[in-house]
Amino acid sequence: MVWVNAILQGVLVGGLYALFAAGLSLIFGVMRLVNIAHGDLIVLAGYVALTCVTLTSMNPLVAILVVAPLSALFGYALQRLVFNRTLGPDILPPLLVSFGLSVIIQNALLQVYTADSRKLNAGPIEIATIPVADGLSVGVLPLVMFVTAVVIIGGLQFMFYATPLGRALRATSDDQDVARLMGYNNKHLYGIAMAISLAVVAVAAVFLAVRTNFDPALGPQRLIFGFEAVIIGGLGNLWGTLAGGVILGVAQAVGAMINPGWQLLAGHLVFLAVLAFRPQGLFPRVDG
Amino acid sequence: MADALLQIERLNAFYGTFQALFDVALDVGKGETIAVIGANSAGKSTLMKSIVGLVPTRDVSIRFKDENLAGIETHDIVRRGIALVPEGRRLFPSLSVEENLLAGGQLKRNGPWSLNTVYDLFPILRERRAQKSTSLSGGQQQMVAIGRALMANPDLLMIDELSLGLAPIVIKDIYAAMPKITTQGTAALIVEQDTGQALAVAKRVYCLRGGRVTLQGDAKTLTRAQISAAYFGV
Amino acid sequence: MTAPAFTISRATPESRIALAFAVLGLLALAAGPYWLDRNGMRIVGDFMVYLGLASLWNLLAGYAGLVSVGQQAYVGFGGYVLFGAAIFLGVPPLLAVPIAGVGAAIISVPISYLVFRLKGAYFAIGTWVVAEVFMLLASQWSALGGGSGISLPIAIVREIGATRAMRENLIYWTTLGTTAAILIAVYLLLRSKWGLALQAIRDSETAAESSGVSVANAKRLLYVVACAGAAMIGAIYFMTKLRISPSAAFSVNDWTAFVIFMTVIGGIGRIEGPIVGAALFILLRETLSDLGAIYLIILGVIAVAVMLLAPKGIWGLLQEKFGWQLFPVGRKLVLDTSKKEGN
Repeated sequence: MVWVNAILQGVLVGGLYALFAAGLSLIFGVMRLVNIAHGDLIVLAGYVALTCVTLTSMNPLVAILVVAPLSALFGYALQRLVFNRTLGPDILPPLLVSFGLSVIIQNALLQVYTADSRKLNAGPIEIATIPVADGLSVGVLPLVMFVTAVVIIGGLQFMFYATPLGRALRATSDDQDVARLMGYNNKHLYGIAMAISLAVVAVAAVFLAVRTNFDPALGPQRLIFGFEAVIIGGLGNLWGTLAGGVILGVAQAVGAMINPGWQLLAGHLVFLAVLAFRPQGLFPRVDG
Repeated sequence: MADALLQIERLNAFYGTFQALFDVALDVGKGETIAVIGANSAGKSTLMKSIVGLVPTRDVSIRFKDENLAGIETHDIVRRGIALVPEGRRLFPSLSVEENLLAGGQLKRNGPWSLNTVYDLFPILRERRAQKSTSLSGGQQQMVAIGRALMANPDLLMIDELSLGLAPIVIKDIYAAMPKITTQGTAALIVEQDTGQALAVAKRVYCLRGGRVTLQGDAKTLTRAQISAAYFGV
Repeated sequence: MTAPAFTISRATPESRIALAFAVLGLLALAAGPYWLDRNGMRIVGDFMVYLGLASLWNLLAGYAGLVSVGQQAYVGFGGYVLFGAAIFLGVPPLLAVPIAGVGAAIISVPISYLVFRLKGAYFAIGTWVVAEVFMLLASQWSALGGGSGISLPIAIVREIGATRAMRENLIYWTTLGTTAAILIAVYLLLRSKWGLALQAIRDSETAAESSGVSVANAKRLLYVVACAGAAMIGAIYFMTKLRISPSAAFSVNDWTAFVIFMTVIGGIGRIEGPIVGAALFILLRETLSDLGAIYLIILGVIAVAVMLLAPKGIWGLLQEKFGWQLFPVGRKLVLDTSKKEGN
């Protein structure tokens, strides 16, 4: 039962990892940009939520409604003012600029909030559980997070494949120049894509901050988790990314059961194994 | 010209330091069909891309509906009523046939063209509407590309290499559709390597060679000798 | 037919002067223990460490298009090999430096087969994951102090040199020699057929393939060299510090972020770039490091600004303005205008 419980917790955490990954995957899919600062943006949004909660003493889960639009707005501005200027055939400029941004955000957070770890308190929901079987129960909060992740990924999938905006994003991703010939403003579309990415980041950030302690240095590892979920699941498939997140979460939970020091290692090893034996990911996009 | 739609007085285009077009002058009247002919790398594609701002230009004067297009971005030029069917069709591979058409119509300009009228023009596309665009034959892809451009309800439709790489029977079908397009009041600027087709469909013809206009005139009155002199430079 | 009225030349007038200055500079630095104080030697040592790492990273990212964010894996690996070899096998620390290099070269081959499956930016994060794995493994190695790290035992420290001054001088010269060797290796590699093929990749991958050199093998060769070099520098660095811990050894900030910043600011894809960048980095660090986090923010802002406004870096700007090329790796055609063309 201990094992079943560990695996169940791993599955639920996997939803959070999939949220880390979804925004990353979206941006890469639309403009071939790998945003190294993605993890730091998650932590930044976590601190913005913290400030919100401290100032107004609202529930962190409600704070999502404030932080997500702010984060989206910031994403649009960031894309229009910075990242759009780096996009081109050379992958180096966007990579290095986002890397620089990562260092800037980390140290700015360090300067403003110090290195102390913080946590958001969501109230009684944090300890509420639902008994599933004898000796096995599911926390309400992890369950809410997982369901939210599934809903968000389903929503992104719908947006991408069934709306005019999604059509525009896919067209731009296919062929930038011809998309312009259709009258699409690529710079604006990229801004929208980054805004959506960072709105998802905000949700992930609040969940992360409620679940565990966080500090300014936590970003890179969230980036790596998200990245691993994307690759394990297979590029260009959002449901695959969810599966990738779950696999990563379970691998970490099982690793931690064997030896507490192996939690992260087990996740990385699963990632490397996928890379070695199935580099296209477990669920690559099947079309065309 | 009283009812001029597109007036190019002077166009110089560059790829890096390489100059591809030299002082090209050309105009298209409202509802007129014009053909641009010339050998490979004469600058025909560059001309079309320059008009919609996809190629860097210098020392240029292009007016569309009496507005100077200099410094306007591609997507805004398209919004003003110019559509380009690019060389090689270049459909969006991850979009279905219908989604390709809808992408073309996303500006929602007013005019005769809609999904239904495009499907009436090329009935085969109605059958294939849900398929991936990559699964179509070359001719069908060209139909989608033309339909996609029409969906924007342009005042000027530009088609780059209309017949290149297509089977003769398909070329015939597509050219048969051209009058249905132009009778709706849409002007057309067609780039062709097939001089015979160009002369048959166009009112006036421009010949490009080495990035310069070497001949221009009425399609009915130009002689074969004039054209081959301009085309090959002999 | 008369003889063609041109010659093919690599050297430029500046390059001969630069070579002379480089040799003189190296001699002056080699004599460092006789004219520099201890702080001066520390600064020169750090400069050499970063110059070596930045040149290797430039080789990878600037020439082979391999943007690694995981070279800290090899820096830390080198450090741990030195500590492990010295503590468990009794290998003299200075001898452990080349051993670390060879060891890194060997393990980098299978790793390259793994990470080379990822393209572009995904390669970057993939290398980072590898570095994380290295760090986690080092944290599990309890004989070397696990997560909290370990100091080099006094007896082994004495083995390097009997007195403190002697030790410091020996390590200083080793640092200098290793970095000089790395710079020469990078220079020669870029002038070789492998290097020229890789510079062709920057323009067109097919063009490089048609030159008869396998692009994949050329990239792998450069990766192995860069990893071996990083490990040797890591070994030396942690020998200087006399202490190693996983977080210091595999620090992404120290061994990758700073290295990327100095390469970008100096000028990526140019041999001279890392020299300018490393010098500027050390200068900034010595004047601003009291500012802590703000210093790092400033560094990040400068790097982003350079990438956006002057992507060729400081050296690229100077080169454009004055046409300098101090360490030419290409060849240039020199037309002999004094001869009349015969026909």
